[in-house]
Amino acid sequence: MFTSTKNTQRKKRQELIAKYLLMTMTLLIILPLILIIFYLIYQASPILSVDFLLKNPIRGMRDGGIWAPLLGTIYLVLISLLIATPIGVFAAVYLNEYARESWLTRVINLAVVNLAGVPSIVHALFGLGAFVLFAGIGRSILAASLTLAIMTLPVIIASTKEALAAVPVAFRQACWNVGATRWQTIREVVLPNSISGILTGVILQVSRAAGETAPIMFTGAVFYKAIQEGDLLAYGLLDQCMALSMHLFTISTQVPDVPVALPYGTAVVLLGVVLLVNALAIVLRFKIRSRKKW
Amino acid sequence: MNENKHSIETRALSLWYGEFQALYNVSVDIGHGLITSLIGPSGCGKTTLLRCFNRVNERYGNVKTSGEIRILGKNIYDPDVELIELRKSVGMVFQRPNPLPISVYENVVFGLRLHTPAKELTRARLDEAVEEALTDVGLWDDLKDRLKRKATDLQLEQQQKLCIARLLPLKPEIILMDEPCSALDVEATRQIEELMLELAGRYTIVIVTHNMAQARRVSHECLFMLMGELVEHSRTEDLFINPADSRTADYIEGRFG
Ligand SMILES: Nc1ncnc2c1ncn2[C@@H]1O[C@H](COP(=O)(O)OP(=O)(O)OP(=O)(O)O)[C@@H](O)[C@H]1O
Ligand SMILES: [Mg+2]
Repeated sequence: MFTSTKNTQRKKRQELIAKYLLMTMTLLIILPLILIIFYLIYQASPILSVDFLLKNPIRGMRDGGIWAPLLGTIYLVLISLLIATPIGVFAAVYLNEYARESWLTRVINLAVVNLAGVPSIVHALFGLGAFVLFAGIGRSILAASLTLAIMTLPVIIASTKEALAAVPVAFRQACWNVGATRWQTIREVVLPNSISGILTGVILQVSRAAGETAPIMFTGAVFYKAIQEGDLLAYGLLDQCMALSMHLFTISTQVPDVPVALPYGTAVVLLGVVLLVNALAIVLRFKIRSRKKW
Repeated sequence: MNENKHSIETRALSLWYGEFQALYNVSVDIGHGLITSLIGPSGCGKTTLLRCFNRVNERYGNVKTSGEIRILGKNIYDPDVELIELRKSVGMVFQRPNPLPISVYENVVFGLRLHTPAKELTRARLDEAVEEALTDVGLWDDLKDRLKRKATDLQLEQQQKLCIARLLPLKPEIILMDEPCSALDVEATRQIEELMLELAGRYTIVIVTHNMAQARRVSHECLFMLMGELVEHSRTEDLFINPADSRTADYIEGRFG
């Protein structure tokens, strides 16, 4: 009794195979990531230094640092998120908390989903037409940030809606039944309990905004522009700027005789910025998580 | 303000969720200060009827009603009715205790904070409200040293009492309870039932329950519903011992449901 038969042994074998196969696939995901990071750092090592961060590119971008593009990227990302976050979060709150099921909200929701999948080059053309030409802002940090904001907006709306929907209905019921208005419910209960999810969604958009080249290429980024080294306010809103993603593209493909370490160094910094911000998102999430329990 | 001996009166109340009709012509008078239980098989519209009494159904999607509901003599579909005021005086307790993920203290004063301008809310007034409400539900002795604790960390039964306590500072007239004990164990259920009996008289209580023994233990009057219709309404003893309708008899004898 209770001993294994041929059949159970076969099932056990299958079970083992399945388990290790799935585990291998999982490892295969992280392996390239680790390899890429190490390869990048290895290639960039001769050039990585504080000076690399704080000096402008010189000698036709064949030497020097990446101060101008680094600061440009920071400007673009910060300003675009400052524009997109309030709009996106409030729109999501409206869609999730106020809007009733109707053809209009269905269209809006559909639009949000589809806009999130639009290729960035299309956003670029839209930004060029709408902000640079039609609104007359001209190629500038502002126009580029607006374009990035348009690009990140649908994703912020989608992720915020998800975070809001994760707040248990029971909390909302608790509020309604003591006579809270919708806005009071949102302010007192829904937002405080979804803020970590909302912020995570927003922060994850940093990497997208920092990494894209197309949307800023037509709307405000330039190949080369020297700025005051070490001055955090070196760019104005209506200036054009350099950006890391575009700089990387330029020195890897457009400029001859660039030392190998230079593009790799730029890539490491770009990746570093993104990973740093993502790490921040994770820390934030844990911090807020540990305070709430439901 | 209420000379009436009925806290809740409905006349030919029908309700639709979209195309689906969930209540058919419900006319009922619920006695003031009594505990009225609402029984019936799953899906017969008990929760729906309960949610009509503070018009919170309207928050659950596409809902249409016809007929009349009078709470404390006032038609709650009158244009001058302020939903916020209505919901303050008709509170609701749910199947799963739903304390907010904040401290015990803040849970109790949550309603007060919503409805009172901040400068009228002195520390003393809040403290007093908390002590009074928690004493009323029998939690004060257990929790008076732990008011800063997170309400979601309490035991389920304490959470449920807290959810009742949360309604009290708003001075409600009516407390609606939707299967308040079905997530609780026997001992906790007994405590909640005791609490209900203590609160009866001061408040009108309507309780939905699947547990017929519970209906018999706690309620003065009993409503039996079936497929959106009110089948029978009588004193609890009468309904269980001498049901007037054969469907009621079938249900309480367990022939369906
Ligand atoms: N928000 C809603 N939208 C559409 N239909 C609903 C909604 N809420 C309830 N219903 C339907 O209305 C009917 C009555 O539901 P209700 O929740 O009032 O029943 P109940 O008697 O409380 O049942 P239970 O004992 O299971 O809690 C059910 O058929 C249910 O499917
Ligand atoms: Mg129900």
